[in-house]
Amino acid sequence: MSSLSLTLYHIYALIIKELLATLKDPKSRVILIVPVLVQGLLFGYTATYNLEHVPYAVVDEDHSHESAEFLSHLDGTGIFERVATLSSPQQISQVIDNQQAMLVLTIPSDFSKNLHAGKTAPVQTITDGRNPSTAGLAAGYVSSIATAYNQKRSGQQSLVEIRSRIWYNPNNITRHMFLPSLIPMLALTQVLILAGLSVARERENGTFDQLLVTPLTPLEILIGKAVPPILIGLVQASLMLCLVLFWFKIHLVGSLAVLYLTISIFLVSCVGLGLSISAVAKNMQQVMVYCFLFLLPMILLSGLATPIRNMPPVLQYITYINPMRFAIEAIRRIYLEGAGLSTVAPAYIPMLALAAVTLPLAAWLFRHKLS
Amino acid sequence: MSDIIMIQAHHLTKQFPARPSSPAVTALSTLNLTVKKGTLTALIGPDGAGKTTFMRLVCGLLQSDSGSLSVCGYDVQQSPQAVQDRIGYMPQKFGLYEDLSVMENLTLYADIHSIPPDLRQKHFRELLDLTGLSPFTARPAGKLSGGMKQKLGLACTLVSTPDLLLLDEPTVGVDPLSRRELWHILHTLSEEKSLTVLVNTSYIEEAEQCQYAYILHKGQLLADGTPESLLQYARGRCYAVRVPQGMPPRFIQSWLLDDRHVVMDAVPEGSQVRFTVSSRQLPNHLLLQNYLPGAVITPVSPRLEDSFMILLRKAGSTEEETPGMPSLPKVPPAISGDTIIEAHDIVRRFGSFVAVDHTSFSVHKGEIFGLLGPNGAGKSTTFRMLCGLLSASSGTISVYGVNLRTARARARSYIGYVAQKFSLYSTLSVYENLCFFGRAYGLAAHKLQERIETVAGQFHLNNCLSMAAGSLPGGYKQRLSMAAALLHDPPILFLDEPTSGIDPLARRTFWRQITGLAARGTTIVVTTHFMEEAEYCDRIMIQDRGRLIAIGTPSAIRHQGGDSPTMNEAFIHIVETGRQKEDS
Amino acid sequence: MNIHRFLALTRKEFYQMLRDPSSFLIGIVIPLMLIVLMGSGLSLDVKNLPVAVALEDTSPTARDALSFLNGSPYFSPSYVTSSKEAIALMDARQADAVLVIPPDFTSRLEQGHATVQILLYGIDATTVNAANQYITSGLQSWQSQWVAAHRKSARTGTVIVVPRQWFNDANTSSWMFLPGLIVIVMTLVGVFLTALVMAREWERGTLEAIFATPVRPLEIIAAKTIPYFCIAMVGLGLCLMASYYGYGVPIHGSLLLVFLSSVEYVFIAIGMGLTISSLVKNQFLACQIALVVSLLPTIMLSGFLFDLRSVPIAISLIGHILPATYYMELLKMLFLAGTTGPIVIKDCLILLVYALLFFCLSWKLTCKEVS
Repeated sequence: MSSLSLTLYHIYALIIKELLATLKDPKSRVILIVPVLVQGLLFGYTATYNLEHVPYAVVDEDHSHESAEFLSHLDGTGIFERVATLSSPQQISQVIDNQQAMLVLTIPSDFSKNLHAGKTAPVQTITDGRNPSTAGLAAGYVSSIATAYNQKRSGQQSLVEIRSRIWYNPNNITRHMFLPSLIPMLALTQVLILAGLSVARERENGTFDQLLVTPLTPLEILIGKAVPPILIGLVQASLMLCLVLFWFKIHLVGSLAVLYLTISIFLVSCVGLGLSISAVAKNMQQVMVYCFLFLLPMILLSGLATPIRNMPPVLQYITYINPMRFAIEAIRRIYLEGAGLSTVAPAYIPMLALAAVTLPLAAWLFRHKLS
Repeated sequence: MSDIIMIQAHHLTKQFPARPSSPAVTALSTLNLTVKKGTLTALIGPDGAGKTTFMRLVCGLLQSDSGSLSVCGYDVQQSPQAVQDRIGYMPQKFGLYEDLSVMENLTLYADIHSIPPDLRQKHFRELLDLTGLSPFTARPAGKLSGGMKQKLGLACTLVSTPDLLLLDEPTVGVDPLSRRELWHILHTLSEEKSLTVLVNTSYIEEAEQCQYAYILHKGQLLADGTPESLLQYARGRCYAVRVPQGMPPRFIQSWLLDDRHVVMDAVPEGSQVRFTVSSRQLPNHLLLQNYLPGAVITPVSPRLEDSFMILLRKAGSTEEETPGMPSLPKVPPAISGDTIIEAHDIVRRFGSFVAVDHTSFSVHKGEIFGLLGPNGAGKSTTFRMLCGLLSASSGTISVYGVNLRTARARARSYIGYVAQKFSLYSTLSVYENLCFFGRAYGLAAHKLQERIETVAGQFHLNNCLSMAAGSLPGGYKQRLSMAAALLHDPPILFLDEPTSGIDPLARRTFWRQITGLAARGTTIVVTTHFMEEAEYCDRIMIQDRGRLIAIGTPSAIRHQGGDSPTMNEAFIHIVETGRQKEDS
Repeated sequence: MNIHRFLALTRKEFYQMLRDPSSFLIGIVIPLMLIVLMGSGLSLDVKNLPVAVALEDTSPTARDALSFLNGSPYFSPSYVTSSKEAIALMDARQADAVLVIPPDFTSRLEQGHATVQILLYGIDATTVNAANQYITSGLQSWQSQWVAAHRKSARTGTVIVVPRQWFNDANTSSWMFLPGLIVIVMTLVGVFLTALVMAREWERGTLEAIFATPVRPLEIIAAKTIPYFCIAMVGLGLCLMASYYGYGVPIHGSLLLVFLSSVEYVFIAIGMGLTISSLVKNQFLACQIALVVSLLPTIMLSGFLFDLRSVPIAISLIGHILPATYYMELLKMLFLAGTTGPIVIKDCLILLVYALLFFCLSWKLTCKEVS
């Protein structure tokens, strides 16, 4: 055999072996599949910043026709559910403190008088700021109901009509933007842990020496160890993709091919990190701890749960070395916007740059740490 | 010795239920066993005999299925804690906390046993003197050598001055010097403090030092008695045959062993080969005589190991497992003077520590070359450098004419390697393992299938090709390791302590394979802790403290070791004189 | 239980903990990292939202209508002259919202019917909600001023909403994240670390040697608990200091109650960790199980990121099985709302029951037997 085809043959042998070693154990098969499904379903159902249900209480000191009318507007939305009607403002703290109500609406005694006098009639909302994003939303809903009420009373249209449209996610459902981002996240977790464990497990079982006395070169071993986690990561990404497509029925706008290309490039950029961890860690326990140490900031600084724009500048700069940041952005754009290769291609540059650093690093560590 | 009974097992039975990965196993069946106070009792038997299970039952760490077991006068099932308060138990892995120092480990056990401070200092001093660990009290247990760990483990179990000491395979992977020291300690304790000791071991000569021995096999008691009385099974059946000049003793041993129905066991020993036969009389014709007409055979006195082998062979244990042996030529091939491995002035440092110090030697084509030495002597380091797992700090090594420094991958394609512990992929099947290693050595599809068929036949693995390697019984694992190492038909085979922790029967089978391989021209480099295994080698090399202190044929080494009767003693003699010379 | 044996085992645990880098990493480094990342990096608040404003009508009236954008902390507007340019900015991801003021804005306003258009980049739902709301209310308040100034005749009373938010005067989501962070750190140290170290003892066979001594199972369990309890308390201290001094999160409630409930929760977490490791006796599996049953649900289902009132009922029920949910509720209440009677007592009692349950379970499972 020529040296190139021998190298390819060696790598082929390693890949087959790694895949078998990972997949033959029923426990690790479970570990590879169950967490993906559990996380997919959990995140799918829990991850929502939308507010579909606002339990509220009211203090109506006016008891007028107008106040009743205003409240009926609130109740008519289907979102607001009145859980308590309070007789005095002193009772407010109680319903808020024990989280019975998310919002308390106070209608002062001069409400109808002011309205009749053609003046502004303030009502007050008190919201529970322990979760400021839901609190803000609930208060916003009341404002828009007040606007609608005003228009109805004056019988005239608003002077300025605001037409707002939300692109790519017309109903603004959190799940739509969240679930596609989970595809790279789950694949990342798995690739990092699998690549991290690959050498550590061999070392703990004593099989690594046996591997090193074969004519396989360190480079062949590196490639042979890098490919299987990527393949498994792709399978998990596909599993998650199926869940998103067929269970949550979120339509894929962009091209499947570009999506897979992006995930593949992303996984290549991560696998070097996992292999480096593997070469440095002394045992499997350390691998898990180190993986954790890398995964947490990678996920938190990826813009998955909170926008990157809100981070302080220093952290924003740090996100530029986080491949996850680019992967999530690219995948959201492909999935929801239908962005094509030319649009997302710039995101490949930082990912490939990272791969160009971590893979040689892993190769160097393989050569120096493993003997 | 008194008549107080410390352990009394009556019809003791323990079964392990079937699991998805393994079938149900009867670890012990209706075992009757008695240990009297103040005795040293040995429990011997091959792998899977149920020795460890019995130990754990005695400690109250397992529940028996039927029968009764009383320890120190308590029913273990009823009151395990009362038993645990009175015993010292050292499990196989020694149970030490590796990140705690020697002193911290000792203190922990002293505290656990609530030893009062004044008594504690005295105990510590005694134990540290006894085990020779005094200079190392601050060293983390994880950084101790195998022999030192074992002695620390023993010291930890002894801080409490227990009524009963239980040791589970205490000498696996431990060199002869440390083993001798351990037994010395046990004798001292047993005689001076009338401590009761129960030891599990697969080293039969260790059982000879006990007052009483039980031989277990597959959960059943084969025989018991004093070592002296156990000799009855071998009496009148042991013989020795002289080895003619220029003939490797292992050939004669193999010819004898191949005579399976007549010869129960054979071992090379200096210039003769000991063997035992199945009947009380030497048969008229031995297969050996076909090869070696006019061989001089003389009767010799029996040993415990002879009885053990006879009992085991009669129990029909490993017959079905023993693969067909490669046939041997009538005349052993002469070893050419061609050098196949050359180590020139090699040095290996770890930081400031010199593990191997300016060592040169060469291995000739077709010979069996043994690397011996106590724990920490540098033999593992040397061995790892020879197979290219470690690079030398200075000096050159060439294997099959290839410099290891410049063409490591090519040099590796000429060697096969069998690691100390089973180190193939346990979740992969036998066939998948063989496929992988064959491909790693560049065997292409059709050649690969051909070689797999050959080695699977040679090592009798055909019936278990689809089984997961990890679920194979011990003997099969060893054979699989050999098969994987020989798949690419390497001219050189490296074996790292291949027989550590293996019972004598499996050891014979293993060496028979090696003899066959060597006869076909494979060069073999082997490390071992069993000095008697040096007898299989053409030449051996002894290292101590990083230096080469002896190299030569087994008989030359024996001679250097003051013409000792056994290799073990020769070894100890050479190492000790070497150390005295260096120290003075 | 013998106090000397217990102390000896505890001392041993401390030595091991201090000499093992993973304890240090999980106990100190990861909490610190999380404090920095979550305290300053994670924010759902809208700040400096890049808005592309297409001023197709350049009249002073139109400019005046948009004056709310300038100087607002929420927006960083950039003005262009056509909607095309504005949309191009959004496509290039340089704007998250587009506000289009059509050429006929002023003239139609005079006629009483003007329109503006908002286009929102729908990939980040939180931002979308907030941006939509801020822009709408900005325009509406301008509108009422304009009406007041230009149409003195037609006066009908209007309802205006005066929003007030309780418990979060600064209206930042870090006030919501930091108390939650304590729960995560406690879970990490308690479940994850304890499961790892206990599984290691099973794996290395050190427990077998210890079992065959006078040591009682209760002493083993108790000795394992103390050091990791201490690490958890260090983590608690770090989080409290960082919250209070670093990020100015007030602690309105009783510090003693914060401490007491944390003690309860740490016992639950450690009990869970010991239970998991006694069940599987293997580091890798213990680690994975700890991840799936404790850490993930703590982040997802305890009300840390997502309000349990907005999720489907089934998920909410699962969330209410978790002890972390009660601890989270308790901490948010104690931090932001101050001590409020019955609910605090209820949560404390529930935690106590869980603590006893897990402690007994781990005690029961650590019987002196090997398999």
